[in-house]
Amino acid sequence: MRYAETGVNLEIDLSRGSIEREASDPRLTELHLGGLGTNARILWDRVPPEVEPFSPDNLLIFSAGLLAGTSATGANRTIVSAVSPQTLLMAYSIMGGFWAPELKFAGYDKVIIRGKSPNLVYLWINGDKVEIRDASHLQGKSSLETAELIRQELKEPKAQVATIGLAGENKVYFASIEQGRSSASRGGIGAVMGDKGLKAIAVRGKKDLNIARPDEFIGLCNEVLQYIQFRRDNPVRGVPPILAGLGSPQEMSIHDEEWHTTSFSWGNARYRRKDFWTKETAKKWSKVQDKAVERLISCYNCPMECGAVIAHPSLGLPKFMMKCYSKLTYVMGAMTDNLEFGFKITGDAQGYGVDGYTTPQVMAFAVELYENGILTDKELPGFPSKNENRFFYLLEKIARREGIGDVLANGVYWAARQIGKGAEEYDHNTIKKQEQIPIKLGMLNPIYYIMWSTGEKVNITQIEGQLPQAPFLTKMLREEFVGDWIQVPTGKEERFKRFILEWGDKDTGLPFWPPLDLVFDLVEWQETMHYIDDATGICAGLSSFPIKPPYHIHNLPKLISSATGLDIDEDKLWEIAKRNRNLLRAINIRRGMRRKDERPPEDHWRKRFPEFEVKIQDEYYKFKGWNNEGIPTKETLDGLGLDYVSQDFEQRGVYKEGKVKVTKQDSLKSEKAKVAKKGSKKGKSQGSKQ
Amino acid sequence: MKTVKLIKIDVDKCNGCRACESICSAFHAAPKYSSTNPERSRIRVLFDPLKNIYVPVIAGEYTEAECNGRNIYTINEMEYDECSFCRASCPSRDLFKEPDSGLPLKCDMCEEKSPEEEPLCVQWCINDALTYEEKEEEGEEEEKPREMEVGLESLVKKYGAKTVRDTLARITKG
Repeated sequence: MRYAETGVNLEIDLSRGSIEREASDPRLTELHLGGLGTNARILWDRVPPEVEPFSPDNLLIFSAGLLAGTSATGANRTIVSAVSPQTLLMAYSIMGGFWAPELKFAGYDKVIIRGKSPNLVYLWINGDKVEIRDASHLQGKSSLETAELIRQELKEPKAQVATIGLAGENKVYFASIEQGRSSASRGGIGAVMGDKGLKAIAVRGKKDLNIARPDEFIGLCNEVLQYIQFRRDNPVRGVPPILAGLGSPQEMSIHDEEWHTTSFSWGNARYRRKDFWTKETAKKWSKVQDKAVERLISCYNCPMECGAVIAHPSLGLPKFMMKCYSKLTYVMGAMTDNLEFGFKITGDAQGYGVDGYTTPQVMAFAVELYENGILTDKELPGFPSKNENRFFYLLEKIARREGIGDVLANGVYWAARQIGKGAEEYDHNTIKKQEQIPIKLGMLNPIYYIMWSTGEKVNITQIEGQLPQAPFLTKMLREEFVGDWIQVPTGKEERFKRFILEWGDKDTGLPFWPPLDLVFDLVEWQETMHYIDDATGICAGLSSFPIKPPYHIHNLPKLISSATGLDIDEDKLWEIAKRNRNLLRAINIRRGMRRKDERPPEDHWRKRFPEFEVKIQDEYYKFKGWNNEGIPTKETLDGLGLDYVSQDFEQRGVYKEGKVKVTKQDSLKSEKAKVAKKGSKKGKSQGSKQ
Repeated sequence: MKTVKLIKIDVDKCNGCRACESICSAFHAAPKYSSTNPERSRIRVLFDPLKNIYVPVIAGEYTEAECNGRNIYTINEMEYDECSFCRASCPSRDLFKEPDSGLPLKCDMCEEKSPEEEPLCVQWCINDALTYEEKEEEGEEEEKPREMEVGLESLVKKYGAKTVRDTLARITKG
């Protein structure tokens, strides 16, 4: 018997219309756990680097995390993987909600989709009965409506539906897969789904999910729940309210948005508005939010309330479900002070199925191009004068790929190059071709430099976590913080605690503090915890993302072991995360990613230190067991049991080519010089001081 | 005097997470906690997010007949089917039935747990949509039917005592 997982994957070939059940290899669970780890393994094994994102040979994998559906609080995530049309690297996007547990109860761990259907179809997984059904009547329907229509026609109100909207059908490079209250939005996986002619996957299950060592497992689950209650009663002191609790930022219940609105950039990642959050704004926004939020809602088996049902009578819109930071992304992108606008456009955007991070940035980019005469009334006929209306206008164009929307639908990076005429200069917030969170600060931060540069996930929130964002102001708060900081890995306690205790002292200024060996350990810890979550399907909001989470490196090995029957301790779990991390990197390396791609935009910090940055990167690569091009060495790969990867690299000449193309310090210097020139030309638009 | 056990349900506090379903089904697995399957849970959250319906319903009696006709309740301008609040395991819906045998499920207030502890669904609902109370009422303590009795009774009602007896004899022979 298999425990925690079902041991069965569904293999769907949409070109042939075939449906097969395949037992998965239990050894892969031992090596990679599940979720993102086993997805990466399948992509490595079955999708060679020549495969284009919109090839029938690109696989679209929906995977429940290893622990999804068990009684472990917050174990509910679906990890969706494919080759991304935007980054051309491995895309994976992770959603909460209810879909993954339902898939497990239906008897499957993954749905692996290849091929393309000639007509729009949807998949109906009803336990053992699996059908490919016609979806022509759902063409162009919004995500919420699609889910509702499918439930009605199947007469199955408990079916969980993951669906694309119009944007996915039109292969918008940042199209999402929506699931009512959650979405898998990054990397354009909605476009891959649309390209395959797959509108939705509905799932319903009634089977048992088995646990290997029940008493031990449920004891650990109870401890986790108790700790959540404890953290609820004891928010972390000395940090902004939005960071003091658990979950993804509780933006649906918390009104205090000072931290986001004053730290993050507005417009096309341009302006910081440090004095934005006034008492008056707080009052106004609280009123709007209280009116808009009908109910706070959760994902499967989780007491956190990261989402909300939005119902805004004055807006006269159909209801929708919202979460987290999307409340602010459109507002800040459009440079408006009107929170109502945020609620309104997010509903529309979700209906079309587009990413709430990337979309507002693409639109802000277009607005900037228009204001600087690069896009004109010719490309934007009837372009409204008010930013809010411009955003609605652009959303329509993008989702329909109409006119200039057809170009903007490829995201800032590609659109900038297609538009030309200097548009590239306005692409200043993408890394590896993907829009990043708009946060442009003053002083280079080595911890974040590494995470932005080398993260396989190309998305800082899927890499960072656990650490406060700023030093504690008083000694007392620092001591209080480390007093019950139980989450720190074994052997690192003393150093990590000293870091918190010293941070903020006179000689602890960025960027030359903390010392690099400590920087690397802190980065590796943050990243490793995410890799574990992405394999287990435990929500990062209860684990790798917030400060002092209930899941950590000490209880996770026991939890995974007791659920699955595998024998995993802290070291072994760390090694699995490392294996998955290197395998993901190997996929991207094989697809051509190199050191030159691993660099935050020039204006990411106002104060840059090119030589120091080269040093950081050189030494971090060494620390990770990668060569100077960022390619995992043969020793590193073989040590993790990834010798099939190193063999492939050798056959393809990846290592040889790597040696030729070492990035020289000179090239960085010349880049730096270019930046200086650009900066003087653009002057004011480089953002405010930190 | 008899003790009445009350689970109070505050639908306004329910966030629809279904932790109650997860822990209930795990507790009632054999061996205990050896599996999870909300379909076996004796509490289900009936929800329709867009209609703001979030109603945890705890399995009550088995009934062999459907209701004669249906009612619709309108509460705060929202329409609710009467089934939204009904606790019965009945032929009109697939709620509160063992997924493989179809036998009815009924909440036992976690009977086997030590009496001072709250039912597990209440313990796992840390948002307090479910809370527990005991109160004294006039009347005699009744002997409650055990779980198997509830199941067998439903089979007897459905197929007749003789068929059940014969079938039982046949399948337990040898």
